[in-house]
Amino acid sequence: MDSIRKEAKNVEEAVEKALKELEISREEAEINIIEEGNTGFLGIIGNKNAIVEVKIKYDPIKIGLEFLESIFNSSDLNVEVEIVEEETNDEQVLFNLLSPELGLVIGHRGETLDALQYLTSIVVNKKNSEYYRVLLDAEGYRDRRKETLERLANKLVRKAIDKGRKVVLEPMPPHERRIIHITLKDNPYVKSYSEGQEPFRKVMIEPIK
Amino acid sequence: MKELVEVIAKSIVDQPEEVFVNQVEGEKSVIFELSVADDDMGKVIGKRGRIAKAIRTVVKAAATKEGKKVIIDIQ
Repeated sequence: MDSIRKEAKNVEEAVEKALKELEISREEAEINIIEEGNTGFLGIIGNKNAIVEVKIKYDPIKIGLEFLESIFNSSDLNVEVEIVEEETNDEQVLFNLLSPELGLVIGHRGETLDALQYLTSIVVNKKNSEYYRVLLDAEGYRDRRKETLERLANKLVRKAIDKGRKVVLEPMPPHERRIIHITLKDNPYVKSYSEGQEPFRKVMIEPIK
Repeated sequence: MKELVEVIAKSIVDQPEEVFVNQVEGEKSVIFELSVADDDMGKVIGKRGRIAKAIRTVVKAAATKEGKKVIIDIQ
């Protein structure tokens, strides 16, 4: 429920009622007056109630930022969250996490960072009708990881060709497997595909005969 | 740590007032018993347990400093 209609003696009262029910402040609301209403003669004859429609102003960036900050405040993790303006627009937000304990925030192969990203996305999109993309990075971790995976892919291509058989990579999350597939998609000597069930799904690199 | 489990669960569900976390302290591990409204069960578990897994991952990361094993029991 992010929008309601309320009726009252006057606009002001109707708005008050709606704000109270939605549990929001006036700054967080989008107010639409449907019926001005009037008190009529002596407040008896021809009086008409005011009707307003009040909608929750939706601010995905604020919701995401507050959620992440509440997580770090209630844990002992010392993390600062910043919004990367160049990567933030009407469709997505990129939060960059800064921390002296970066390893904990990122986790094994980015597992913690991905979990935080997933939960933040759920919270941000909980009351939203349109999907808003939430991205999390930690001091450039995503780019560094991408470079590592590209290097790994190219190294394993040579191995697959040299040995003349397929090479099996360690299990990886979907977006990391995707980086491998994209790196190799135009390579004429090998093909790559994934096998197995999440979270143990692995990339295979196989020489084309 | 208990607060962290609460914060995450309350942010995800539709009925935050129905979120309760009980902390059971063991020697080497801590168990957090998380209970939510029946209608919100799916919200904290997710498709194929994906949300529950994400919650566990985040809480485990935060608990690493304390050196204890963390178990989250959704009931």
